Amino acid sequence: MKTETKAVDIDRNKGNFSYDVAHAYDAGIGLTEKTIHYISDIKEDPDWVREFRLKGLKTFLEKPLPTHWASKDLEAIDFDKIRYYLSGGVQPKRNWEDVPDDVKRTFERLGIPEQERKFLAGVEAQFDSEAVYSNIKKAVGEQGVIFVGSTEGLKNHPEIFRKWFGKVIPIGDNKFSALNSAVFSGGSFIYVPPGVKVKHPLQAYFRINAENFGQFERTLIICDEGSELTYMEGCTAPKFNTATLHSAVVELVALKGAKLQYITVQNWSSNVFNLVTKRGIAHEDAQVKWIDCNIGSRLTMKYPGVIMKGRKARGEVLSIALANDGQHQDTGAKMIHAADETTSNIISKSISIGKGRATYRGLVHVPKHLKNCKNNTECDALLINSTSRTDTYPAITVRGTGNAVQHEASVSQVSAEQIFYMQQRGLSEAQAMSLSVNGFVNDLVRQFPMEYSVELKRLIELEMEGSVG
Amino acid sequence: MKELSIENLHVTIADQKIVRGLTLRVPRGEVHAIMGPNGSGKSTLAKVLAGHPDYEVTAGKVIMDGENLLELDPDERARRGLFLAFQYPSEIPGVSIANFLRAAVQSRLPEGEELEATEYYARLYEKMELLGMDRSFTSRSVNEGFSGGEKKRNEILQFAMLDPKYAVLDETDSGLDIDALKTVAHGVNSLRGPDLGILLITHYQRLLNYIVPDHVHVMVAGRIVRSGRKELALELEERGYDWAREDEREMATS
Repeated sequence: MKTETKAVDIDRNKGNFSYDVAHAYDAGIGLTEKTIHYISDIKEDPDWVREFRLKGLKTFLEKPLPTHWASKDLEAIDFDKIRYYLSGGVQPKRNWEDVPDDVKRTFERLGIPEQERKFLAGVEAQFDSEAVYSNIKKAVGEQGVIFVGSTEGLKNHPEIFRKWFGKVIPIGDNKFSALNSAVFSGGSFIYVPPGVKVKHPLQAYFRINAENFGQFERTLIICDEGSELTYMEGCTAPKFNTATLHSAVVELVALKGAKLQYITVQNWSSNVFNLVTKRGIAHEDAQVKWIDCNIGSRLTMKYPGVIMKGRKARGEVLSIALANDGQHQDTGAKMIHAADETTSNIISKSISIGKGRATYRGLVHVPKHLKNCKNNTECDALLINSTSRTDTYPAITVRGTGNAVQHEASVSQVSAEQIFYMQQRGLSEAQAMSLSVNGFVNDLVRQFPMEYSVELKRLIELEMEGSVG
Repeated sequence: MKELSIENLHVTIADQKIVRGLTLRVPRGEVHAIMGPNGSGKSTLAKVLAGHPDYEVTAGKVIMDGENLLELDPDERARRGLFLAFQYPSEIPGVSIANFLRAAVQSRLPEGEELEATEYYARLYEKMELLGMDRSFTSRSVNEGFSGGEKKRNEILQFAMLDPKYAVLDETDSGLDIDALKTVAHGVNSLRGPDLGILLITHYQRLLNYIVPDHVHVMVAGRIVRSGRKELALELEERGYDWAREDEREMATS
């Protein structure tokens, strides 16, 4: 069977386009204290935020790159050549009509206003550093749900914002969370009041449009007692010749009995370094569920985590990673059990195509004094070509008795026989590959909202087209 | 002439000669059975007809309805009307039978034409009923966790849905109990007709009691050593393959 590698033509991806947009505010290249002050001045940050940023910068500069365990490719990021802040202004619009035309047409082309009308309870759209549009359906707003950009959140809702901000993921958690703490801009702030169940998802769309640019959005979501929310984020960037950096921090808080589901579908172009820290805290009886789907990028490092802080809390990470030629998806999950009867579930599926590489890193921690905690981990890797690569690094520490852990891992290959079988039924080799990959991720994709699962299938088909010789 | 014609076919895999000068004609409307001992090259013939990439055709021709089959990719052969019921069908985890067959039927439609879902399902359920398959079957992943009988039934279901011009059935009887064998044979018999040529490959005569062939060929060491009407199968059953092997030795030395 022919399984020669051919580079996938990312140009077909729908996100690969960019318009010239003049930015009124540009922090210039490089990162110094001056950059921080520039950002803080424009955003009119309160003093505590300015201090938080400066502390972030100091920590970022002190911390070494984690190349002792992570990819050496991180060294290719030239932090002195990146622009850390670019915007046309800091005030997001509530109406698409008010969004400047050059920015609006980008989101129209990505189909965001249409999706908002169809099935979303609210949308935030970020273009480079700032939210350009942020709106929530009236009915949802009337229930007391807050959905704004992080800049607006920290200004207008400091009593909630400050209480949780930087608490789930401290500045010094890792080098990139420190970097984000220094220069963060954009991202969402959401608060769902007690008992409010938001029926339709809220969505944010993060778009990088500028070259040599770093996007550092910061998202904080708090679901108060007994509330429910599904949040979705989508990300794209056009294909530039130079590396672009995306380094977000996402903090989730699910208070007693709350259910919070965070869905990500990232489709980065192949020059983006995507280094993201995502973590949630689940209080008593609460659930935090990450559905994380990573397609594209040069290097993605992302390990969504849940700290199960209260009794019977539940954490879940379902992830799909697709690594094509020249791409490395280094993803996984962290489950920290910190109370009795907590349960966590990790299902990770990765697909490596061509010379693509997928790495799974999992951390499951159950300390000695806890009782009746459960973890289930399944990680499955699918290799498409003989040059494809996958690695698994599970770290499970379970102490004490009465806790149960289950770990299953599998590596499979799309077999020549399977492809021949499908071809014998009339499918082309590429169609057969794509069907087989879709089958591999099918049980996870079924958990996605309809619109996203259709989109994901289409993305997989596009990626598979170029994988057969 | 509407026929599947194999002429002086030679096939090797990893420099080993498996098929050595095989000639056979299967016209539409006829059922031909190939019988032979293990290792005679029967299954290789089936795979070569379907275009399996591991085998190399070193000489000979395969012409289907006037077209050179050997120049076509496996999927092109399939779309032009060649069907192979596999001896060991592959599992496709996560892909339901309904979706798989839908993709296969869709691949036969002209560019830009969409399959009509209601009609498709109506046809699918009709064929499933014929094969005594429960409707819940359609949502199961293709061949995953299937019993031997279920796999073979699923092959015949695909055969029925894809409406081929020529069907090659490779050891469809193996691993079937008598009831499953009867159901499968009933399915195949219902598909017989003037527009379809069938090549049955089997080790045992048993299947031929239920799917009665027009012609029987005996294959030994990569070629047909004897051909006859359906009675040949019974004679072979009685006298054993050693009888046929003698034929082969005579051919080899003559």
